[in-house]
Amino acid sequence: MTAAAHGLRAWLLQRFTAAYLAAFVLYLIIRLGGGAPASFQAWHHWLAGPWVNLAAALFLVSLLGHAWVGVRDVIMDYVRPSGLRVSVMAAVGLFLIGMGAWGLRLLFLVAWRGA
Amino acid sequence: MAASEIRPKYLNLLRIRMPVGAVTSFAHRLSGVLLFLALPYGLYLFDLSLQNPEGFARAAALVHTPLVRVLSILLVWSLAHHLLAGLRFLLIDLDIGVARRGARRSAWVVNMAALLLVLAYAGSIL
Repeated sequence: MTAAAHGLRAWLLQRFTAAYLAAFVLYLIIRLGGGAPASFQAWHHWLAGPWVNLAAALFLVSLLGHAWVGVRDVIMDYVRPSGLRVSVMAAVGLFLIGMGAWGLRLLFLVAWRGA
Repeated sequence: MAASEIRPKYLNLLRIRMPVGAVTSFAHRLSGVLLFLALPYGLYLFDLSLQNPEGFARAAALVHTPLVRVLSILLVWSLAHHLLAGLRFLLIDLDIGVARRGARRSAWVVNMAALLLVLAYAGSIL
């Protein structure tokens, strides 16, 4: 893949994930905006529902992809020495993968227990 | 050549007059980084709240501590600004509001709307 195509792919990823993130955040504000969930049972039950669970998993993956492109751009702009730049990017990448594993495992467990 | 090398450089942010769009853009970046830094804390609260009823109660109590309240104001601003400025950038990508007048006005609206939203939020929790 050429550098230009790679850039285009990142650009597209940033915009498609942005659209989904915005839509899901608005849904959350409407759904939960009236107040926090009343109880553990209500909260857990809501997230265990297959559609909400799947939408939340997609949200998490979109969020991490979006964060990766955004933070990578910031690093490329402000971290000049290439060795340091690669190290910081690797650390951010591992951190995001860790967040993804943590979040997806949690969502899966909630769906599993809820089912 | 020699003359051009003594041009004044104002790297002092207080002396640079940034166009309103630059403020929107820089704040979009800053708010994105803040949201990124908040990720593990948010995920921790999410995890805690889903473990069992005790965890849920602990997460709810944590959210109401003064420190988390103050931080939540910063995060609500970050989310509001990042979302609104992001929607503005998406519209500009679609060739909507590219002309200077419209772009300046929408940048100003985004900056102000994010501040108004966070003021309303801060007022509601303090």
